[in-house]
Amino acid sequence: MAQYLLALYYDDRKFSAQEFRRLCVDVPALDAKMQDAGVFVFHGGTLGPESATVVRPSGSDFVITDGPYAETKEHLGGFWIIDVPDLDVALEWAKLATVACRRPVEIVPFEMRTIDQLLAASAAGSV
Amino acid sequence: MTVEAVFRREYGRCVATLIRFLGDIDAAEEAVQDAFTVAVARWPSEGQPPNPGAWIVTTARNRAIDRLRRESVRDERHAQAHHLYGADAAADRPPPEETVPDDRLRLIFTCCHPALNQPAQVALTLRLLGGLETPQIARAFLVPEATMAQRIVRAKRKISGARIPYRVPAEADLPARLKPVLAVIYLIFNEGYATTAGSLMRLDLCTEAIRLARVLAELMPDEPEAQGLLALLLLLHARSPARVTAAGSLARLADQDRRLWDRDLITEGQAIVRACVRRGHPGRYQIQAAINAVHSVAASIDRTDWRAILALYDQLYALTPTAVVALNRAVALAEVRGPAVGLAAVDELRSPALDRYYLFHAARADLLRRLGRDEEAAAAYEAARSLTANPVERAFLQAQQAAVLAPGPG
Repeated sequence: MAQYLLALYYDDRKFSAQEFRRLCVDVPALDAKMQDAGVFVFHGGTLGPESATVVRPSGSDFVITDGPYAETKEHLGGFWIIDVPDLDVALEWAKLATVACRRPVEIVPFEMRTIDQLLAASAAGSV
Repeated sequence: MTVEAVFRREYGRCVATLIRFLGDIDAAEEAVQDAFTVAVARWPSEGQPPNPGAWIVTTARNRAIDRLRRESVRDERHAQAHHLYGADAAADRPPPEETVPDDRLRLIFTCCHPALNQPAQVALTLRLLGGLETPQIARAFLVPEATMAQRIVRAKRKISGARIPYRVPAEADLPARLKPVLAVIYLIFNEGYATTAGSLMRLDLCTEAIRLARVLAELMPDEPEAQGLLALLLLLHARSPARVTAAGSLARLADQDRRLWDRDLITEGQAIVRACVRRGHPGRYQIQAAINAVHSVAASIDRTDWRAILALYDQLYALTPTAVVALNRAVALAEVRGPAVGLAAVDELRSPALDRYYLFHAARADLLRRLGRDEEAAAAYEAARSLTANPVERAFLQAQQAAVLAPGPG
C-alpha cells in the first residue's frame, strides 16, 4: 500500500459563519469514514502562515524568521495522510476532502521505498 | 512487410501485455526493443513467424527475464519495478503469450489518465500505443526532440511515482475516463488535419489517429462515442485529397472537388453513423460525425441538406453549449435562413474569447461579403488573418479580402 498526502490549500477568502459550521460537521464525518475504511493515518488543520516560523542554519548558528517559507497567495490549511493502494483510490478520497473543505486539495505521493532501496537506487543513478 | 512495419503495428499490443507482466513501462519497452533486435537478426533468414505478435511477446518476456537475472543490482531492479496494479492482478493470469483484449484498453486508459496533463497524454499515447519514436512525435508537434523526450520521461515518472494503476476503469467511471481518451485521439487527428504552422495538413497524424480510433472502437464495441469518433475521423479524412489544391492553397468545403473524396472512407463512416443513430445514445462525436455524413452525401455544396445539419447542430448545442458550436450552428442557420439572419446570430455570440478565434471573424467576413457589405467584410478578413499562423489559411483569407476590396462592377 502507499501513503498519500492530501494537502488543503486556502487563499485569502474567509469562511462565513455558516460555512464554518458546515465544515465542523463535514470534516469530522470524513475522518470517521476514512477510519471505517481503514485508510486513515492522520489529519490535522494548520494555523495560518502568520503563525509559522522558519529556521535555517547560518554558519555555526541559526537564523530564525517570522512567517512562512514562501510568501504566496495560497497557503497550507491542513492535510490528511491516507494509506491506499493507488492514485485512483487516493483521488476518490481527495474528491470527498475537496467537497468537505470547499477548497482545492493537492495529492502528493509519499516515497515508499526503504532506505536501503533508496541507497541502491541512488547508487544506480536512478533516484 | 518489413520488420520495422510489423513492430510498429504490433508495438501497442505487445507493450501493453508486457506492462501487465513486468509491472513497469520502461522495462516493457526495453523488452520489446530487445525482441526487435533479435527479429532484425533472425527474420530475414528464418522468415517471419506466422503470429508475429505472440513471437514478440514471448521473446520480449524471455529477454526481460534474462535481463533481470543479469542485472547486478538485482534488488534495486525489483525496488524500481513499481508494480502497476491490475485489479485482477493475482487472480487468473493468462500466460503472457496471450494478449488479453483488456491489455491495450488498460494501456489507453493509463496513457490518458486525468492526472497527466494533455500534452503528456498525447505523447504517451503516440509512443506506447502508436509505436512512434520520440523524434517522430517531436517533429509531428513541432517541438524539440529533447522537450518531447523529457515530456515522456516525466509522464512515466508520474505514473510510477503517483502509482497510477494499470487497469480499465470500473464501469461507473468509464464515461468520465473515456472523455480524455477521445479528446486525445481527436486532438492528434486535428493536429494533423489543420496544423498551426507549415503545410495545411500533416497526414501521418491523421492516419495514426484513425488507427487509434479503430483500436478503441474495436475494443469498446458497446461504447457509442468511440464508434462516433471513428466515424467522424473517417468522414473528415475522406475529404483530405480535395482539401488542398495542386497549387497548395486551401479549398473550402464549398469549393472542393468532391470527386476526389475517398468513397470507401465515406461509406464506412456513413455505415457507422447509421448504426449509431439506430442505437439512440447520441453524443458529441456521434453528432459531429452525423453532420459530416450529411455533407458527404451531397454531390455539391448546393445540394447540401442544411436543414438536417442545422437540426444536428441544435442537438449538439443542447449537449455541449459552447461558443464554437453556437458559431457553427449560426453558419448553418445562414444557409437555411439567409446571411442576414446568420450574421445576426453570429454577432450575438461576440465575446472576448470568440474575438480571439479566427473562424469567428472568418465566418463574419463571409456573411458580410454575401450581404454586399464589402468594407466591413474586408476588416473582418483582416481580423481573421491576424489570428491564424497557418500560412495556407492566411493566404486564403488574404485572397478573399483582396477580392472583396477589388473594384466591382459599378
